[in-house]
Amino acid sequence: MVTIEKHVSSAPKLIKQKEFGFSGLQKVAKQSIVLVALFLLWEIAPRIGLVDPAFFPSFSNVVIAWWNLVISGELFTHFLASITRSVSGFGLAVLIAIPLGLIIGWYPLARELLNPVMELFRNTAALALLPVFMLLLGIGETSKIAIVLFACTWPILLNTIAAVGNVDPLLIKSARSMNISSFKLFLKVILPASVPTIFTGIRMAGTGAILVLIAAEMVGAKEGLGYLITYSQYNFQIPEMYAGILTIALLGVLINQSLSMLERKFSKWKQNPNGQN
Amino acid sequence: MATAEKIRFERVTKTFTVRDTEQKGAMKEFTAVKELDFNVKEGEFVTLVGPSGCGKSTLLDLLGGLTTPTRGRILIDGKEITGPGLDRGTVFQQYALFPWKTARGNIEFGLEAKGVPKHERKEQANHFLSLVGLSDFGERYPHELSGGMKQRVAIARSLAFNPDVLLMDEPFAALDAQTRESLQSELLRIWQKTKKTIIFITHGIDEAVYLGERVVVLTPNPGMVKKIVDIPLKNRLEDADIRSHPDFVKARHEVWSLLHEAEYLGANI
Repeated sequence: MVTIEKHVSSAPKLIKQKEFGFSGLQKVAKQSIVLVALFLLWEIAPRIGLVDPAFFPSFSNVVIAWWNLVISGELFTHFLASITRSVSGFGLAVLIAIPLGLIIGWYPLARELLNPVMELFRNTAALALLPVFMLLLGIGETSKIAIVLFACTWPILLNTIAAVGNVDPLLIKSARSMNISSFKLFLKVILPASVPTIFTGIRMAGTGAILVLIAAEMVGAKEGLGYLITYSQYNFQIPEMYAGILTIALLGVLINQSLSMLERKFSKWKQNPNGQN
Repeated sequence: MATAEKIRFERVTKTFTVRDTEQKGAMKEFTAVKELDFNVKEGEFVTLVGPSGCGKSTLLDLLGGLTTPTRGRILIDGKEITGPGLDRGTVFQQYALFPWKTARGNIEFGLEAKGVPKHERKEQANHFLSLVGLSDFGERYPHELSGGMKQRVAIARSLAFNPDVLLMDEPFAALDAQTRESLQSELLRIWQKTKKTIIFITHGIDEAVYLGERVVVLTPNPGMVKKIVDIPLKNRLEDADIRSHPDFVKARHEVWSLLHEAEYLGANI
């Protein structure tokens, strides 16, 4: 066919994507420059007396403290405690909120009935409920996992409901015109179309999980990164306190990065560099 | 040319209840299409042309079985349409491809809906990919394809489950002029090869005349059949520039004149 070649050459989008690798590298370089500068400032400021080294030890001191915590195995204990709690709460939230959200999103009646309740709960700061969780579930693992579960549930649930509701009606129409059953429509169209939006919720939940957990650990716990921070502060082990904060920051980045990676893997069909589609 | 009747519209009327814009809170009845009454022969290529508001989309939904007429009925092979079915395939203006599936995956989707076993799907998808000239693009996702290529995939997807009737809702309206022209002739080629009955909705007069053996001219608000114009063109594909052929010019003018009569005043053609 004569017309085909014309179309092959008229698909320049593919070439554009390749440039992304290079500009991506540049971007990373640009971002790390500022980060390195920040660490340098952190190092120098206490040394030249810009801030009080007792309250704000230099970066190298913090790193040394961090390394000692690593060697003693103390950091690992706290890290393990925190990660176990957050992963359990987060995992449970994923297992509960996604199926629930799919059902609520699929049935308009369920959505109408539950919407006011969900609005109320999503706008209740999870930490405000921490005392309630502690009263009901004690200060052990259960209350911490429960509050992470609570905090993670809402972003996942609400995004899943929105995802199901926002599937392009034309895609549904197109599938329906092929006479597929409601169940198949759900499985083959609604579900895959919802994945990217659901993942947005999952990523939000991931960030929330750490935030809420650390706060909970600061209030009442015997181990965990949040506990490490408050404990170090009480005992005036300031470098150790910063080491704990640094670890949490790294943990947050790690979780967000791995969730982003997962998201990209599941929604690779969604990348449209030209903003088309 | 087969002459058996394929589709029959029997005084088809569709009304909707819509919000009255003049009276707050009031509802009024809106007639989208009114008293449509015509036949389409088996293997025929019929184009429907009309301005916006002539109920084109409603007509297609009715044919697709996605909605039912308020009065009258539509018959395919003598049987009333009661719902969607794989005897009809629809091609939409906005392609409606599933973005998470590759071109091949999209084509296989309809086959899957039809219950074709997995190993046969691949073979058939290959066949239809090559029919629309996209053999090398099977593994591409829709966002990696140009508009024209997407529409080819959409056409292949609709053809793949082998419907008797192909319903096309302004499929080339979003494409640039050159791509549109090449897809038009390709569609004619596919039509000759597959002998499908095609109902093609457009607002382009040239397109309607070039593709259709008959052009159904519709009026706006409500959509009614104004006239059905026979297009006596032969050799559409052999003649390199059929659009300047006197018969084409004459037919085009006839359709143009019909669309510029009094009742179209102010209509958005």
